[in-house]
Amino acid sequence: MCRVTELQQAVLAKNDHRADDLRARLAARGTTVVNLLSSPGSGKTALLEAELKLAVERGVPVAALTADLATENDATRLARAGAPVKQVLTDGLCHLEADMLAAHLDGWLPDPTRLLFVENVGNLVCPASYDLGETLRVALASVTEGEDKPLKYPSAFGLAHLVVVTKADLADAVEFDRDGFLGNVRQVNPGVEVVFTSARRGLGVGALLDRALAAHEAGGPAHRPVMASGPQAHGYGHSHHGHSHHSHDHAHVHTH
Amino acid sequence: MHEMSIALAVVGQVETAARALGEVDGAAPTARTVTLRVGELAGVVPDSLRFCFELACADTLLAGATLLTENVPGRAHCEPCDRDWATGLPPDLCCPRCDSGASELTAGRELEIAEVRWSEPACAAPPKED
Repeated sequence: MCRVTELQQAVLAKNDHRADDLRARLAARGTTVVNLLSSPGSGKTALLEAELKLAVERGVPVAALTADLATENDATRLARAGAPVKQVLTDGLCHLEADMLAAHLDGWLPDPTRLLFVENVGNLVCPASYDLGETLRVALASVTEGEDKPLKYPSAFGLAHLVVVTKADLADAVEFDRDGFLGNVRQVNPGVEVVFTSARRGLGVGALLDRALAAHEAGGPAHRPVMASGPQAHGYGHSHHGHSHHSHDHAHVHTH
Repeated sequence: MHEMSIALAVVGQVETAARALGEVDGAAPTARTVTLRVGELAGVVPDSLRFCFELACADTLLAGATLLTENVPGRAHCEPCDRDWATGLPPDLCCPRCDSGASELTAGRELEIAEVRWSEPACAAPPKED
């Protein structure tokens, strides 16, 4: 006789539950989280600095938490915008998880904070699997990275509520294929909005802040990615859509 | 590479299940095989996961356990066309008939522990005749 347990348990269930808890706790205090995913060097710090500066000018209470494997350079840059900023060093870990974020917010997150921008570790693979309790997930890519980025990293772009193209001022110089990029985004995430920006030239700056505020007001994102739909969705704040997919915590034991 | 985090999560969940069985039986069983269902679009590399799993199992109730993976192909559904298709990788989430976005991803994002087979004395030895 050999005993078998049919666990039927989602591996990331614990992270998903913690993310749901964090989302609810932050919503109760009026804070909406925006999770920014991109590869290293995509220019997300430069764009975020411009967005934070704009928010401060408009009197919107914002804060930012930036995660890196090492150095406090990004926090130093972001702090120039005048908003509260916290640097998180992951000591080599390639992504943030919901309980890590919760621990970093504990005792730090200023009151009131309407929008908390989380600059995830520069990596398009691992962070995609982890729901941080965000309401808006944004995938960024610079024009210099090539138009096939969404196909190479389908989870990062497929689960995004908004796609932001950065360094658009360099598009001509690097012969960026705009239509090709839009087609590739559509293949993995039909219907998602794509915004073109250049932090250096001020192009499209403010769009990220506007979309984040809209998600804050609505209590959820305007777009529902196909990849986040269906019975097996995880690693994404699906509680906004009124159904929970990680209720498979039942275990059956039987013997063979 | 987040496969190590995933392997550690699997080990944690299996150990919790083992201890729950132990509360009934008096002693927690050790795991012999763990079967994971991994969707084509789950963003996890099974080979890398197997490597990490071996490391994560050391000195736990799963020491020496084998990780088996069942791959689940990506499938999408278009409601207006009432049509299903294999998404492939990178996935094509637009309907091959009407070209609008899929209504739902019906399979392919799975990352779940399907079953655990436990090593018990009764398992290794041939069944005794009563």
